[in-house]
Amino acid sequence: MHPRLFGWGAIALLALCSTASCARLSSKPPTAPGQAETLSKGKLATVLSRGKLVCGVSGELPGFSFLGKDGKYQGLDVDICRAVASAIFDNPQAVEFRNLNAKERFTALQSGEVDILSRNTTYTMSRDTSVGLEFAPPVFYDGQGIMVKKASGIKSLAELKGKAICIQTGTTTEQNLTDRMRQRGLNYTPVVFEDLNTTFATYSQGRCEGVTGDRSQLVSRRSTLPKPDDHIILPEVLSKEPLAPAIASGDPAWGDVVRWTIYALIEAEEMKLTAQTVTQQSTNPDPTVRRLLGLEGDLGKGLGLPNDFALRIIKHVGNYGEIYDRNLGAQTPLKLPRGQNQLWNQGGLLYSPPFR
Amino acid sequence: MSDRVKAKRLDSSIPVWRSLRFWQSAGQVGAAMGIAIALGVLGDNLLFNLEQIGIRLGFDFLGSQAGFTISDTILPYTPADSYQIALLVGVVNSLRVIGLGLILATAIGITAGIARLSANWLVRTIAQIYVETLRNTPLLLQLFFWYFAVFLALPNAASPLQILGWTLSSRGVTGWGLQMSSEFASLLAGLSLYTGTFIAEIIRGGIQSVSRGQGEAARSLGLKPLPTLWLVVFPQALRAILPPLANQYLNLAKNSSLAVAIGYPDLYAISSTTFNQTGRAVEVMAIVMVAYLVMSLSISLLINIYNRSIQLVER
Repeated sequence: MHPRLFGWGAIALLALCSTASCARLSSKPPTAPGQAETLSKGKLATVLSRGKLVCGVSGELPGFSFLGKDGKYQGLDVDICRAVASAIFDNPQAVEFRNLNAKERFTALQSGEVDILSRNTTYTMSRDTSVGLEFAPPVFYDGQGIMVKKASGIKSLAELKGKAICIQTGTTTEQNLTDRMRQRGLNYTPVVFEDLNTTFATYSQGRCEGVTGDRSQLVSRRSTLPKPDDHIILPEVLSKEPLAPAIASGDPAWGDVVRWTIYALIEAEEMKLTAQTVTQQSTNPDPTVRRLLGLEGDLGKGLGLPNDFALRIIKHVGNYGEIYDRNLGAQTPLKLPRGQNQLWNQGGLLYSPPFR
Repeated sequence: MSDRVKAKRLDSSIPVWRSLRFWQSAGQVGAAMGIAIALGVLGDNLLFNLEQIGIRLGFDFLGSQAGFTISDTILPYTPADSYQIALLVGVVNSLRVIGLGLILATAIGITAGIARLSANWLVRTIAQIYVETLRNTPLLLQLFFWYFAVFLALPNAASPLQILGWTLSSRGVTGWGLQMSSEFASLLAGLSLYTGTFIAEIIRGGIQSVSRGQGEAARSLGLKPLPTLWLVVFPQALRAILPPLANQYLNLAKNSSLAVAIGYPDLYAISSTTFNQTGRAVEVMAIVMVAYLVMSLSISLLINIYNRSIQLVER
């Protein structure tokens, strides 16, 4: 065969195959699979057959997801994953944690590398609609803040005009800070890093006068700086940051599992059921408690889980209040007041739909 | 028809499957089809999975508002500009650091390479220590060293250091009409010195490949050492130096993407922010790959043209 003809023929063949794949681009729009379909071959089935949950976390944020001195993961986000694992496997240790930085977290979820992203991720419209994610109810209502050194004498946002602020790339904090500074007409120098540790190290070294992030993240990272008391967090709250776990969209059954696990934690605190007392409720006459714990009714069936899934969750990780106190409460170095993270009937934003 | 032409055509007296030419061609066609099918399957798999989570491939997101600031830029840019503009700013930033880096690295490399061949013991040893240390440590580590240990250790912007017309502070260096942020300066310093070591070795090898007779003949004609090097040895050494030098230039161009680790907003850093905010990993990565490919191919094209122009023309 003539060499040149062969060469061009091969290239034409390659082009043909790639256009055949691209023809899918003009095919019908994606449709969500039906309920029965996802129950049989959706994420829940995958997780059950694997025997453990793969949970994407930060791993660098004390109080949310952090490797403790005993080598085990601890934190609010970690406990949420353990709650989901308890619901599915009755074993809070059936979780594998993967550290993800702010840049790779969405790709890891989209590609199925992790089943659930419990990584202090802010629930926003664009992430919900155009990034292919589905969010569970927020587990922590936060806001954005800026941390500065006490010695700099900066007391408000306006005093940061013309100064340098360290930011982590690809976060909502980057966009929010831009918006707020534009709104006030203040120009500043952003110094943007990929890695959370580098961001705070550079701020600590003095390259930037301020560093920005969710207020809980600032408090958490301040505790890791050499002299925590030298840093203050400015009073201005720059934005709403509802932190919520996320899953890949297209699997409503899996979304239900995660959503109702979180609601079970909130409902348990509302009913004052703790890890100690929840196993002793077999004689409790209250029908709402009996339904929640699976002693009556069959609420678990719709989820594809056994009816006592809520009992398993609370037995192994406790209710929301216990999780909060354990990781962010007064006994921890973070001492974050509950603020908006209280039950709805205590002045906060946590509200679970009824379990019936 | 001549015998040669007849022999080239497939011999029709034997069956097709016994012809060696047929099997050679068929093998190549088969392999090409195999590769095409493999690529098609991978592409199809990607598109199918993206459909499952409701993402459609497309470049329309490039027109949306970027919403993030870029600190170090020579093009006018505001957060209200589109992602396209932001990526363009990234390309320009990358080209800035690559262009200056290539010039500096070549200068440092030539100096160090010649120094390693010097008769002076001190010069030779210093050059050797420089080359061996920086060649054998990871570039990322060196960048962190330059950023944290050198530029960030400079005094605060409130009380900068003034030397020889240069103002140095932890924010950046200014002087002689130039202004560089600490991030840019560390990236430039780290990249140039690191690539300079490899270029030094290439230059040294090239010079040593020229036969000693050339140098001796030049000296016997009365040429001093420097003109000997420049007029006689170096032009001949260029033929051995240019191909590996092109490699090192490409390495520098690609290594510039480490800027994201020390906060310099180059193409890779801005594309990271873009694909994190839009969730379009595949499209953005494709754009970045094409951009780096074009940059690298341009560099190697220029070097190839120069290489061809200095080739020995045989009669």
